[in-house]
Amino acid sequence: MSIAIVDYGSGNLRSVEKALQRVVDEANSVEKVFITRDAALVAKADRIVLPGVGAFADCQSGLFSLDGMVDALREAVQMRGQPFLGICVGMQLLANRGLEYGSTPGLSWISGDVVRITPADKSLKVPHMGWNQLVFKENSHPVLEGLPESAHVYFVHSFALRCHISSDVIASVNYGNNITAVVGRDNVIGTQFHPEKSQMNGIKILSNFIKWTP
Amino acid sequence: MLKARVIPCLDVDRGRIVKGVNFIDLVDAGDPVEQAKIYDEAGADELCFLDITATHENRDTIYEVVRQTAEQCFMPLTVGGGVRTIEDIRKLLLAGADKVSINTTAVHDPEFVRIAANKFGSQCIVVAVDAKSNSLGGQEVFTHGGRKPTGINAIEWAERMAEYGAGEILLTSMDRDGTKKGFNIPLTRSIADSINIPVIASGGVGTLDHMVEGIIEGHAAAVLAASIFHFGIYSIGEAKAYMAESGVPIRLTRVVKE
Repeated sequence: MSIAIVDYGSGNLRSVEKALQRVVDEANSVEKVFITRDAALVAKADRIVLPGVGAFADCQSGLFSLDGMVDALREAVQMRGQPFLGICVGMQLLANRGLEYGSTPGLSWISGDVVRITPADKSLKVPHMGWNQLVFKENSHPVLEGLPESAHVYFVHSFALRCHISSDVIASVNYGNNITAVVGRDNVIGTQFHPEKSQMNGIKILSNFIKWTP
Repeated sequence: MLKARVIPCLDVDRGRIVKGVNFIDLVDAGDPVEQAKIYDEAGADELCFLDITATHENRDTIYEVVRQTAEQCFMPLTVGGGVRTIEDIRKLLLAGADKVSINTTAVHDPEFVRIAANKFGSQCIVVAVDAKSNSLGGQEVFTHGGRKPTGINAIEWAERMAEYGAGEILLTSMDRDGTKKGFNIPLTRSIADSINIPVIASGGVGTLDHMVEGIIEGHAAAVLAASIFHFGIYSIGEAKAYMAESGVPIRLTRVVKE
C-alpha cells in the first residue's frame, strides 16, 4: 500500500509528508508515504495527495509540465478510483479554470472556477489567513467524521473555488461570504485549508483519509 | 468567523533559545524544538522563530531546528532573521517553514519582496517593519534591531510592501519593545486600517490586557509576544482564555495535560 504526495515544485511537501506519516504510524498501518515527481509511481499509488501553495497559474504549469503526470492522475483517480486528496491550491486545481493572473485551465474534475475572495465587509483582509470554522452540510463525509462541530482549521488563501454544482461542496467557511472549504465527489476530496497545519483537527482529517474506502 | 491569532515567538541563536525559559517539565529548556512542542500542545495559533545568529556559518543550525519542529508540530511556522536571498527563503520553506519574515533586506532592496512573493506566493512572505518615533514626531522604519534609521515613514512603507506582494506585516514598535507597557496602539491602528493585508502587532506586551488592546483597539489580526510566555508569566491557554472573555474572537482548544 502506498500514499503518493505529488511533487511538482510547489508547496511545503515535508509538512504534508510528516503529518501523513504520523497518522500512518498511529494507525499501525504499513502504508508507505512518499514524495514523488514520477508519473509511473503516481499511476500505481493506492492513495494520492496533491498539495499546493502559491499562485494557481504557477502550480498549474508546474503540475502540467511534469511528463505524463496529468495522465497518471487521471488513470489512478478517475479510471482506477483511488482516493485522492487535494490541499489548498491542490484542491483549487480540481476546478475547470483559475482566474488568478489571467485564465488557466485546471483538471476539471470538480466543475467550477477559482476566483478572488471579495468579502462584502471591507474591513476583512485578503488573504483570508488564520483559524476559521467549518460549516458542515447535513450529509457527513467519511473524511470529516469525528470532527467537533464548527471545527477550527487553518486557512491561508486569496482565491477560492466557486463550485457550479452545489452538491460538490462538502463544507464551507464564512468570511464575509460563504467560501468553499471542502469539495468532494466520489473518490475525490479537496480542502481549501491546510490539514497538515491544523493541529488535532487536521490530523483527524488525514487519519480519516488514509482509512477512507470510497 | 476568523479568529485573532496568538503567536509566541522564540529567539534562537545557534540553535538554542536565547531568553531564559524556566519550565520545569522541559527536558532541555534551551531547546527550541521542546519549547515549540509545549506551545503547540497549549494551542498556540502559530509559532515564530527569530534567528539571531550573527554569523553566516552558523545559519545551518536554524534549518535543523525548523526541520525538527516541522516533524512534530502541525501548526504554521514563521521564521525570520537573516533572510537575505531567494535561496535563504527556499531553504527555510523546504526545511518546513510556512512563512519567512523579511526585514533589512526589504529596506535595502524592496524589489526583493516582489520577486519573493511572485516566486513563493504572498502567503509565505511576511515583511517585518521595525518602527520608532523620530525627532520630527513621525514613525520611522529602523533596521538592525532599531539601531539604523532609514528615513522611511513606517505607514507609507507598510502600504508599499503590501502593494509589492507581502502577505502580512509584522509590526514592532521599537519604542515599546521590551518595556512591557503595551503595543503602540495608534501606530498599529494606522497601519492596520491603511492596508488590506493582516497586521501582526509586536513589541511591548506586559499584560494580557495589552494583547486584547492590540486586537480590539489596534485592529491587528494577530498578536506576537515573547517574554510573557518565555518566563512563564502567562501560559498560552491563560492568554487565550482571557482574550476570549474580553470579547476577542479566539480559537479555544482543549489543552491536553499528560
